[in-house]
Amino acid sequence: MGDFFDFLFVAGFWAATLRMATPLIFGTLGELVCERSGVLNLGIEGIMTAGSMAGWMWVYQGGDLWGGVLFAAFVGGMFGLLHSLFSVYLGLSQHVTGLGITMLASSLSYFVFRMMLPNVTTPPKIVPFESWSLPFFSEIPVLGEALFVLSPLTWLALLIVVVVGYGLFYTPLGLAVRMVGENPMAAEAQGINVHRVRSGAVIFGSALMAVGGSFLTLSAFDAFYIGMTNGRGWICIALVVFASWKPGKALLGALFFAAFDAMQMRVQQQASAAIPYQFYLMAPYVMSIVALIIMSRRAAYPKALLVPFRRGER
Amino acid sequence: MRLEPRDHVSLAMAIAGPILAVLAAMAICSLLILWSGSSITEAYVLLFKGALGSRFAISETLTRTTVLILTGLAAAVAFRAKLWNIGGEGQLYMGACAATMLGTGFLEWSPYLLVPTLFLAGALAGGLLLLVPTLLKTHLKVDEVVTTLLLNFIILLLVNYLVFGPWKDPMAMGWPQAAPIIDQGLLPILLAKTRLHAGFLVALASAFGIWVLMRFTVWGYEIRAVGANPEAARFAGVPVNRTIIRTALISGGLAGMAGVCELIGLKGYLTLDLSPGFGYTGIVVAMLAGLHPLGVILSAFFVAVVFNGADSMSRALSVSNYIAEVITAVSLLTVLVSMLLTRYRIRWK
Repeated sequence: MGDFFDFLFVAGFWAATLRMATPLIFGTLGELVCERSGVLNLGIEGIMTAGSMAGWMWVYQGGDLWGGVLFAAFVGGMFGLLHSLFSVYLGLSQHVTGLGITMLASSLSYFVFRMMLPNVTTPPKIVPFESWSLPFFSEIPVLGEALFVLSPLTWLALLIVVVVGYGLFYTPLGLAVRMVGENPMAAEAQGINVHRVRSGAVIFGSALMAVGGSFLTLSAFDAFYIGMTNGRGWICIALVVFASWKPGKALLGALFFAAFDAMQMRVQQQASAAIPYQFYLMAPYVMSIVALIIMSRRAAYPKALLVPFRRGER
Repeated sequence: MRLEPRDHVSLAMAIAGPILAVLAAMAICSLLILWSGSSITEAYVLLFKGALGSRFAISETLTRTTVLILTGLAAAVAFRAKLWNIGGEGQLYMGACAATMLGTGFLEWSPYLLVPTLFLAGALAGGLLLLVPTLLKTHLKVDEVVTTLLLNFIILLLVNYLVFGPWKDPMAMGWPQAAPIIDQGLLPILLAKTRLHAGFLVALASAFGIWVLMRFTVWGYEIRAVGANPEAARFAGVPVNRTIIRTALISGGLAGMAGVCELIGLKGYLTLDLSPGFGYTGIVVAMLAGLHPLGVILSAFFVAVVFNGADSMSRALSVSNYIAEVITAVSLLTVLVSMLLTRYRIRWK
């Protein structure tokens, strides 16, 4: 058993955990902001795909990496705007709107990818982000290499947790976002424009999701594949419930989740023959369902989640 | 801008709504065709020719309509009860797995007995798969959207394991596929020299059956009542949880039957490409039909036309066949708007 837990002392394990957690941190925070304002954003899976395609394509066309991240955020924001036109301004079913956005964003990404690169068989590559190391700290043996030599996007993800956490709970804007998600009528009575706050939250959240997607093609890998999001968006939705709509807990959840994923990959390498690899690949999805089951009983959903707001209607 | 409920929705408006929405979707998507440098009219003419231009093309389109009717019905029934079953894809594969288990030599009955048994087994498997997230919803308040979605990934990996592992057919030259369904378990072909199989009739019968169920029976009334307002339904004495569970079994069962149909009507053996997302497309089919069981037949046909036509159009023009998925996704969104406009009128002030 002692040998079994040796991986905890390998720098690679912790580095892998932070790497795998990064898109989940972005996606979970993005979804969290949307849901806090009362809008379930099922577009997340497609928006992440769009972000990974848009960011990659920007760099492939000669743009720089940060430009790619910004472009991904812009594309994500545009899908967020479309989502909010439907779900917020027209008050249409958030479920169907979100699924429609996912279908549209992913099929459009694949379409654009195929149209711009019609004759490629192997996906072309770009030069992805290089890790940034924190001076001094990164020289600590084992730990330094794992925790302080990270992709710039991972640093950004950690920063965004603080920004969203502070923004949601310590600023008037954050209060407005939480208010329209809990009691839109009261918010309106305070002179808050419910539609505007909600659509702002959805646009911002969608941009975050797309940045999470762009991490996949600009940092974790160097190419875009069809189907590369692979359910990460849906896992983020489960993580939001798991985190009870709190940014700090969302970070913990994403890290815990990624650590488990990194661990199962190590176990898979060590004891591969005993259990077929497909069952290891099922682990993240099974774990998301288990997390939902554990947390759902005392889940405190934002009160106005899924409820469209129409002025003057009760 | 305000939305005012309309007092009266005429039948003409209810029918014209989705048709206009689909036309709007095609108009929007013609921008993408324009971007590719092809002519819009040529592209759409090629699309419709590819789907309906010959006897064989029509038969292929109807073959695809078959599976889409069943997955569309699965979504329509569940959504009526506001049970968000997004797991049609997984349930479809579960149905195909059950039929593979029984149909590859385990049962060697006559076709009249074996084919219905395979359908029943597939429906049961699909229904039971949806029962898990449904019971989690009714008893532990676990949101079914995410659980049904995640189950799709789990089931696909399970099928991956089966066709690469224990079920792998040693006679298949190393391809990852299960053993073929025995001859007695296959559906007969309806039209000579085509692939249109008797599953088409099964799908049509299912649509009529579900229509009768939803329109004329107590079960159907209860399903609609629970979907419209669960609190009011409970107050009126409708057993809400039991109705939701019943809906789940019907919905998952229909998706499971879709898998059986593809397996014993078209492919003949289980592979990983049995369904290119028919379960997800079923959601679009159901929404285009306004969740009406008979409307599902028409919307499934339309979606099949778009997909089959886009395949042949993309061979002739430099337009990727992902255009089909874009058109259906845009249709889903435009239909949502058209449904709003038939129920409400917009007042600008």
